Amino acid sequence: MKIIVCVKQVPDTNEVKIDPVKGTLIRDGIPSILNPDDANALEEALALKDKYTDVKVTVLTMGPPQAEEILRECLAMGADDVILLSDRAFAGADTWATSNTIAAAIRKIGEYDIVFAGRQAIDGDTAQVGPQIAERIGIPQVSYVQNFKIDGDEIIVQRQLEDGHEVIKVKKPVLLTAIKELNEPRYISMKGIFNAYKKSITTWTLSDLDIEKHQVGLDASPTNVLRSFTPEPKGKGIIIKGTVEEMVEKLVVNLSKKNVI
Amino acid sequence: MAIVVLQDKCKGCKLCLKSCPFEAIDMINNVAVINEKCTACGACIESCKFEAIIKEEIDAPEKDLSLYKNVWVFVEQREGQIMPVSLELLGEGRKLADEIGTELCAIVLGNDIKGLAKELVSYGADKVYLAQHKLLENFTTDAYTKVISEKINEIKPEIIIMGATHIGRDLAPRVAARVDTGLTADCTKLEIDLEDKKIMQTRPAFGGNIMATIVCPNHRPQMSTVRPGVMDKAVKDDSRKGEIIELEVKLKKEDLRTEVVEIVKSKKEMVSLTDAEVIVAGGRGLGRPEGFELLEKLSYKLNGVVGASRAAVDNEWIDHSHQVGQTGTTVKPKLYIACGISGAIQHLAGMQNSDLIIAINKNPDAPIFKIADFGLVGDLYKIIPAFTEALDRSDDISDVLKQSEILQSILSV
Repeated sequence: MKIIVCVKQVPDTNEVKIDPVKGTLIRDGIPSILNPDDANALEEALALKDKYTDVKVTVLTMGPPQAEEILRECLAMGADDVILLSDRAFAGADTWATSNTIAAAIRKIGEYDIVFAGRQAIDGDTAQVGPQIAERIGIPQVSYVQNFKIDGDEIIVQRQLEDGHEVIKVKKPVLLTAIKELNEPRYISMKGIFNAYKKSITTWTLSDLDIEKHQVGLDASPTNVLRSFTPEPKGKGIIIKGTVEEMVEKLVVNLSKKNVI
Repeated sequence: MAIVVLQDKCKGCKLCLKSCPFEAIDMINNVAVINEKCTACGACIESCKFEAIIKEEIDAPEKDLSLYKNVWVFVEQREGQIMPVSLELLGEGRKLADEIGTELCAIVLGNDIKGLAKELVSYGADKVYLAQHKLLENFTTDAYTKVISEKINEIKPEIIIMGATHIGRDLAPRVAARVDTGLTADCTKLEIDLEDKKIMQTRPAFGGNIMATIVCPNHRPQMSTVRPGVMDKAVKDDSRKGEIIELEVKLKKEDLRTEVVEIVKSKKEMVSLTDAEVIVAGGRGLGRPEGFELLEKLSYKLNGVVGASRAAVDNEWIDHSHQVGQTGTTVKPKLYIACGISGAIQHLAGMQNSDLIIAINKNPDAPIFKIADFGLVGDLYKIIPAFTEALDRSDDISDVLKQSEILQSILSV
């Protein structure tokens, strides 16, 4: 079985702070990490590798050269091959252009049974790239996958809904997007780290892919950012002080005054 | 288009470097240089005090977009019920259509749903496009994408908005890729640029740390998904008139590559966070799942609903359906009481538009206090029972209010 996992290196937005004076992002010291949903995607592929024989896991990412760091991490977790799609031409892409580029890479890889991706990245938060890749390579998709199993030549997944889940059957090839409920990504072992540096990372640029310059990157993107800004902080509130009884009393008075209670 | 630094104007002050969320600016020989990580977001342009950074427009061939007319709302129905987010979208869609000077159309897919069409007209649709077929009864990506994409190519709407629900976030990107257009996800604000009638879509990114306004200048339709619970619902007017158009649906079983075998509802009652007027939410500070029993009592007294931060859900103290935040539900109740919640950006992204926010936390430096209208620093296990009990006595307190001297001293917090 051949599995492709699409991943992304993202700034750890859980750690991003806003400068209270300037209102700008404090960029220094924000670690770059493997996108959490993508770690779940990779873990599911690796679990299949543990369970069945003859499973090959190839990890693919589009990013600047530093994205090699997460590819090493994926190798350390147990991926067989890793590919970096990196080219100045790919930069500034919206999801349309990104999915185009990644689809071209998947077509170049050629054979695959399952494509795993994370549901969404914690920087873009769009959840669009997975489905758009599936559309471009012409395979069905199931998103929000919280449970996965193979039954003969069918795949049976649970797709999370707001108020429950659906059980869905689908045949390979298929693209699945993973959420955190799917599994617990494995820790990297010392042996894994050691092996990670023995393997080489394949890099593909625009000229390696069967795609035109006008189909990738910023200029190919149908959507552009008009402006970006930090959200206005809510106006300052009051800290109510005193003993527990005093605080509660003051709170109730204030709420009554505002007709909330 | 590209961001360009005018070298002769650049003073090497590094303000732009600090403003860039993507580390896309380097200092080389004391002059700012844009590298390949640039996404043209423009934050650096705004930060430069010397007007040394500009955006260069590249002339793209203009497509004939004038053929595309009308604002469409994809109305999501599940088991014959119109989802609340669709009513919010009709409300918002009406505003957009009026500003452009065009029609608001609803497109709804399902089986045996003709009854919904009249309702959609009452909620503001000038036209309702009805696509009925046995194979459309339950949502599948393939069937819905095929029908909607074909109709987009046939009828050519200029704008389509869909709810950013589990269905919308699966369907919208697929449709956008199929009809080759741009899609902006999870919009919290939609406006029309009165000059060129294009839509401006504002949404949070970077886990909610940044807001971005996005446009789709040269592709149609302009597509957005909108977070449930953010826009105002349309008002129902049964006297409204509209056109109901039955669409021809060509679907075969082979068109569907996935099969919905079963739909399983969560055993817990569905938590209606988006409709709640009062939410009492708990976070990591609760320390244990039993803390939620305390919050239940308080929320019951206030006629509210219990919410939770991601930390509490990850700890399995409460079900995911109660989660408020970037990867949970977005809410804007009249009253939000955050108990033992530190106020991580991803949580704030889901509740900061609440009318009134009360925060209770042991840590005086918790970020939640920055957005709380009233903050109480202390042990929630003491404060919440006292508050719950005080609510019973609130009638007595309103008598006290009439005595102005006491009022003065109490209000000088």
